[in-house]
This record gives sequence, C-alpha cells and structure tokens, in this order.
Amino acid sequence: MATTPEPAFGTALPGASSLVGRIRAPRLRNHWSDRIGIALLVLAGAGLAVFFLAPLVTILLKALQDRSGAWVGFANFTTYFQTPALAQSIWNSLWVSVMVTAIVIPLAFLFAYALTRSCIRGKALLRNIAMVPILAPSLLAAISFIFWFGNQGIAKALLGDAQIYGAKGIVLSLCFATFPHALMILVTALSLTDARLYEAAYALGTPRWRRFLTITLPGAKYGLISAAMVVFTYALSDFGIPKVIGGNFNMLATDIFKLVIGQQDFGKGAVVGILLLAPVAITYAVDTWVQRRQSALLTARSVPYVPKPSRGFDWLMSAYCWLVAALMLAMIGMAVFASFVKFWPYDFTMSLNHYRMGLVEAGIFEAYVNSVTLAAFCATFGAAFVFGAAYLLEKTRGAEGWRPFVRLLAVLPMGVPGMVLGLGYIFFFVQESNPLHFLYGTMAILVVNTIVHYYTSSHLTAVTALKQIDNEFEAVSQSLRVPFWVTFHRVTVPVCLPALLEISRYLFVNAMTTVSAVVFLYSPKTTLASVAIVNLDEAGDIGAASAMATLIVVTSALVCVAYYFLQTWLDRRTQAWRQS
Amino acid sequence: MSVSPPDYLVLEHVRKEFGSFVALGDVSLSVRAGELLCFLGPSGCGKTTLLRIIAGLETQSAGRIIQGGRDISLLPPMKRDYGIVFQSYALFPNLTIAQNVAYGLVNRRVPRAERDRRVAELLTLVGLPDSGPKYPAQLSGGQQQRIAIARAIATSPGLMLLDEPLSALDARVRVRLRGEIRSLQQRLAVTTILVTHDQEEALTMADRIVVMNHGAIEQVGTPFEVYRNPATPFVADFVGKTNLLPAAGAGEGRVRIGDQRFACEFDGAFAKRTDLKVFFRPEDVQVRGVGGETPNSAAAVVQGLEFLGSYSRLTLRLNGIDQALIADLSVNDLAEFRVKPGDTLRVAVPVDRLRVFAAGPE
Repeated sequence: MATTPEPAFGTALPGASSLVGRIRAPRLRNHWSDRIGIALLVLAGAGLAVFFLAPLVTILLKALQDRSGAWVGFANFTTYFQTPALAQSIWNSLWVSVMVTAIVIPLAFLFAYALTRSCIRGKALLRNIAMVPILAPSLLAAISFIFWFGNQGIAKALLGDAQIYGAKGIVLSLCFATFPHALMILVTALSLTDARLYEAAYALGTPRWRRFLTITLPGAKYGLISAAMVVFTYALSDFGIPKVIGGNFNMLATDIFKLVIGQQDFGKGAVVGILLLAPVAITYAVDTWVQRRQSALLTARSVPYVPKPSRGFDWLMSAYCWLVAALMLAMIGMAVFASFVKFWPYDFTMSLNHYRMGLVEAGIFEAYVNSVTLAAFCATFGAAFVFGAAYLLEKTRGAEGWRPFVRLLAVLPMGVPGMVLGLGYIFFFVQESNPLHFLYGTMAILVVNTIVHYYTSSHLTAVTALKQIDNEFEAVSQSLRVPFWVTFHRVTVPVCLPALLEISRYLFVNAMTTVSAVVFLYSPKTTLASVAIVNLDEAGDIGAASAMATLIVVTSALVCVAYYFLQTWLDRRTQAWRQS
Repeated sequence: MSVSPPDYLVLEHVRKEFGSFVALGDVSLSVRAGELLCFLGPSGCGKTTLLRIIAGLETQSAGRIIQGGRDISLLPPMKRDYGIVFQSYALFPNLTIAQNVAYGLVNRRVPRAERDRRVAELLTLVGLPDSGPKYPAQLSGGQQQRIAIARAIATSPGLMLLDEPLSALDARVRVRLRGEIRSLQQRLAVTTILVTHDQEEALTMADRIVVMNHGAIEQVGTPFEVYRNPATPFVADFVGKTNLLPAAGAGEGRVRIGDQRFACEFDGAFAKRTDLKVFFRPEDVQVRGVGGETPNSAAAVVQGLEFLGSYSRLTLRLNGIDQALIADLSVNDLAEFRVKPGDTLRVAVPVDRLRVFAAGPE
C-alpha cells in the first residue's frame, strides 16, 4: 500500500499548513515531571533577571536622574564631559589598557609558544608559576611594586627620579595580573594546531620562519584576538591596582568608586558605569564572535603537534621562560617576604607581627574568615546553581520561548565589569522600596553577587561538559518513564563531576580574590579579605595589607591543591567506568 | 497467505516542517502487530524524524499517531509505550550493566528480587549472562548494543524503536547482530520499527520495508517485493545494484534503448512516451544458453571485470547504447565462458525481468 506523496495543500487536515492561513502547530502535552523542570528553569531565569538584569537596568535609570531622583535627561552626561578631570579618566583608562595589551600579548604568546612548541624542561612547573597571579587579588602586584620601587622600596634607586606611583605602576602591575589570563587562552590556541600541516610544510621544504607565518600565526589568530580582548577588558575595568598604586592618576574604575562612595553622586557614577560598559560590551561581542569561529577550527581527526628538540631554540626559550618565572616569583615573593618583615624598611628581622597585631588584634582577621565563608558558599551553592541551570537549559524540554532569554542572561555577565555590577547592586538593593532591600549589607548579597559576577565562565564549563555526554540519555530515560531528576542525580552529576569540581574551584578562588564588585556591597560585619587589603593600604598599613594578601594566596593555593587531590581520588575511583 | 495481523501503530497524514523545510510531507502508514518494519532511505530522507515523532522526541506539524487504538499524537514521551535503542547505545557509563538494564524497572517499583530475576533473564536473552557487574566501557560495541536492547525491552514495551542500531559497529559484528536482533524480535513478537540507511540490513531483517526519499514514502512492501518489483526508479536504484537505462516506447510491448529494441511487459500508456526508464538487476543478465534467436538478446563487449568472490561483475557495452551495463556472473559461468575484458559475449535479459518506469524528476 504505497502512498503517493501529494502536497498537503487544500487537504482538510487539522493543523496542516494551507494556503488559506497557518494554524498553530500542535504541541505535546507536558508530563508533570516536565512541568517541574519548566518551573525550575523559569525560577533560575527569574533569579538571573532579578540579580543581574535588574541592577543593570537600574544603572541606566540612575544615569538619567539627579541626586533627588528627578528625571534630568542627559544632564549627568553633559556635566560629566564638562568636568575635565573626569573626562581625562576616559583617555587614561583607554591608553593604559591598550598599552598593557600591547605588552602582555607578545610576552604571553612567546611563553605559550615555548610551552607548546619547544622541548624545554619543567613545562608544568613554569606554567604553574606563571599562573600564580590568578590565585591572588590583582592588587597584590601593586603592593609588591610598592615594596620594590615605592617611596621606601628596596630597589627605588633603579628608577632614578621617576616614581612608580601612577601610570607606570598601574601598567606594570596590570601586566603581571593579566599575564596568566592571556597565557591560558594562548596555550589552548597553540595546542589546537594540526601536526600534519607542519609535516606537509616540512615535506615541501618550508623554512621555519615561513612555517611560523603561514601556519602558526593564522592558527592562533583567534586565540590572539580573544586574549587581547580579555586583557584589554581586565585592564580597563580593574579597580584594585589603580586604587593602590595609581596615586593621582585617575581611571574610570576608580572614578566610579570616588563618585559613588566618596561623593554619593549616583547620577555621575552611573554615567561612568555606562561608559565602562560600552567598550567592554564591544570587546565582549568581538570575543563571542571569535569563540564561535575558533571552535570551527577543531576537527576530531587532527594529529597533535609534538615538538622536536632543537638545541639553540630550546635554550633560548628556556632562558626566556625562566626569566618570566623569576619575575613572577619576585613579584609574589616580595609581598610574602614583606608580610614577615618587622618594620619596613628599617628592621628586616622576620616576625609575625603583621599577622598578629596588624590583622588578628586589629580585628581584621574576621575579614579573612568572611572571605573563606563567601568562597565556600560560592563553591557549593554557586556551583550547584550554575550546573543545575545549565542542565535544565541543555537537557530538558518545554518553555522553548523562555530558554534563549535564560541562555542570554547566562552568557552576558562576562561582559559586565565587576565595578559596574557592584554599582548596579548598590543602586538596586539600597532602595527601601525594593522588597529585596533586606539583603543589603548581608553575606547573602555578597554570595549572590559573586556568583553572578563569575557566572559565564562557570556556565560555559558546565555546558561544555553537558554537551559531551550523550544527548540521548534523556530520551532513553523518558522512554523508560524515569523522570529527569533521577537521571540527573544517577547519571549526569556523576559523569560531570570533574566539570562540577572545576566550576566549584573557579568560584572559590575568584570569591577569595575579587575586589571590584564587592567593594560596594560589604558592610562592617561582612568586610572581605580582598577589600581589607584596599582599606589597610589606604590607612598606610601596607605591611598588614601584604599579610592579608599572602593569606589569600596561600588559601587559594591550598584549595587548588585540595581540589587537585580530590580530582585524582575521583579519577581513581571512577576509573572502572571512565575507560577501559 | 495467512490473514495479516491487525494494525498496532497507525500514522495518519503526518507532516513535519522545520521552518520552510519540509522534512516529512503527509506520511500515512500502518504497522502490524508483531512485525519488524524498516524505514529505509538515504540520509536526510526523514526516516529518523519519523521515528522521533513516533517516540515523542519531535512533534509533528500535523497529523495523528495511534498506537494500540490510543491516540498518542500529543502525549509526552513518558506517557507513551515504547523502548528505544540509539546508534550511540546511550548506555549510562557510570552504572553497571545490571543497573543499566534495571534502570526502567527501579522506577516502576518492581520488588528487588523480581528485578534481579528479570535482569538476569534479559542478560541471558541477549547472550551476555555474566556481564551484570561490568561497566559499559568494558564491553565491545556489539555487546553494548545488546545491553541497550535489553534495557529497552526490560519494561516489556508494546513497541520497540531502533534508530540505526548497527551503524556504529564494524561489518562482521553488524552481520551477526542483525540475525540476533531479528530472532529476538520474533521470539518476543514485539512490534518493531528499525531505521536504517543500509539496504542489506533492511532486506535481511524486515518483514516489510518502507522506502523513503525526500520526506515521502516511495514504496511499502516485503523485502522481496521491494527488490523484485520496485515501485519507482528511486527504489530500483536505491535498493540493490541496478541497471537503469533511458528508453522510449516503441509500440505495444516494446521499448527502444539507444538503437536496440527489447520486448517487455508494460502499461499500454507508455507505448508512445519518450521519457521512460528500463530497469533490470545485474543477476537478470543471462549468458547460458543464449543464441541469436533468444528474445531480448544482444552482442556485448566486456569492458571490465570485477572479481567479488562468489560472483564477478562485468561491465558490458552493447551496440548502439551509450550507457554501460553491469551483469553478475557466477564463478561457474565465468569459468565456463572464459570471459575476459575485450571479449564479445551474447547476453539476454528475460522479458519478465525488464521493468519500465516513466522517468520521474530524478
């Protein structure tokens, strides 16, 4: 009984498309378990809307209001641009960020090149040393530079008459702080190249420099753009470094703080926030575009490149890498060293005074406890929320119209500098008419803010892991009439545990080190370690500040080691089913 | 012929569009209780979409689906009654084989002892009685797919859906598993739909084959019918090796291919058409006992010879016909006629083996 296919035009089928008009396509009824999934997804999206979108919108509104809350149109913008000191900050922020990018990208590229394309020894060690700045608040570099080259710095003489405070110090410190971020991206980009391209070029007798220009650079192109965007954005929106070592050199990120906290001028603060959002939004858009192109370069059949020993080249690369590593260690080491020095620069005997008197007896140690608490909450609830939301987005069905919105809210936070997010939070939650006003000044708001601040990277890690597991697990479960949460806890979570740990570790370390967003939100009871460093430095107690910074670095490092062992233990436990 | 069993699954005017792309255009079909029905077609023909609509994993744009007398068109997958097996096996990697097979039973609150008994029974059924405590990664691809089948039938569903279940396996395993799935299906008498692009798989396993192309059904029939009497040039070309030659009608019961005329049985309306296609299988070409007076015989020059084991495939060129023909000769015929490239050979195609189509848009 072969059916002759005929166009359905004019047939009297209910729901068929016809020339007369389209009738809505049928939709499957939802099972009650699907409805629970939809409800949870709506809830997750609503959470992101309230704790990410609403604060941002409030900034836009505040920019159009004067101090009393009356609508003034673009008056705040006009007065802002007519204040020369403020308008100067735009220029300052831009050229400092461009300069940092121009310095860091070649340096990091060379380092990444050495790690991926040479046969130097101790690659893992070199890489870990280069990554150390990630474990510390960005301003650690600034504090170290003050100990090296500041007014009482031990190497001040090297600078002659010049001062480290100001643009010079900012650029140098930012170079250290951004180096690992650029390095991570570039190492990945350089690892992606297919060895067979090189073999083909080699077979054709192509000289080394030409292979570099025609294969290596084009292959790493997107990585380079992406790394440049990340460094530029970081430099543009970092608060800690210009605050500590900037002196009178004003940048947008410090202006926001001064305007809002110092002068309580919310309107102008909002204007700066919007100004900061614009270039970041552009770089973010470029980066998103680049990421999309990048993934197309990867093919499953590529053969990984294995470098061949080459004496002179390896020696040169080795020398360069160890030089960079030495500088990194000098930077980190100085802050640690200074934290034990009894009385800089007069008495260099080692003591725990800064820890005991500067932190514990001054009642500031509590800030450290708060930071660990915050980090622990982010690493647990944050990771669970991010992963759960990503699962609902990727693996459940229903509420198709709502999904793109939630997906957008999940990837946008990366494009919002911490200072702007913090500003939005303060504007949004300080209003007493807001039913969520009670959160203001609590630990909860710090936790939520930090999770949102670092949402995107965590979300993308979760999505990548979820995409790697078979898409048909959910289909099979449904055919067996097993509701999605059973499969979630019996299969998805165990399989994705490594990614879940990675998210948790990432949130923990960032919660320990972040300054920018939370600097607006802490209350006397919820001061954080990273914020305490800023305050100690401002009070001139730089010894205690370095002690606190050291505590943060050590904690982050220990936690990373703990996660590493947890991961190893897990690998061993799950080895039976992971591969065979 | 026995009376055919009642229809278990009925599709009525099912349509599926993705934006302006029509993936399925008005498909109607019924699946009989206990049969193994195969959706066969090239990639993109809509066969997997149709299977996923039956499973509730995609939603049809229009049309109805009735399973066991119940309209399931709008039911979510969890309210339908089927077990499904995918090309990727989709076994849960962190659960043991026993836990995988018991996955659907646990949720139905089957008592533990009975569950264990059922798992053991299923593992024996698929020939892997000792694999219970192992993990999927410790089994071969073919073994994993058997476990996936065991998991799908554990809850005794009324319908089994197999989505290219053998495509990820290597050739030997595929052939063995083909027979095993078929005999398992017959023993359980479970109504089964198998999606495949592999015609050999369809011909060897199916009770009936649904040949699909461009989102439409080209033919529904037993493997024999589909192979011997293809309904369209597409089916003729897609299933098995085929000679498909352009031809024109040359009066009642005759067609002209190039400069040669052949006798055949066809619809009288074709007599004057010039856009015909003549179809015959390579094994329909005969050399034994062919003489000058044999109907539909002609002299052919052997252009090429491909040795394929139990038979050889000749490429032949006939006077006045541009397109080369292929003919399959058994090892015996080959030895007897001592065919080698460059030889001339008299070949014939019996009248009842020629089929004539009006050439479609193909």
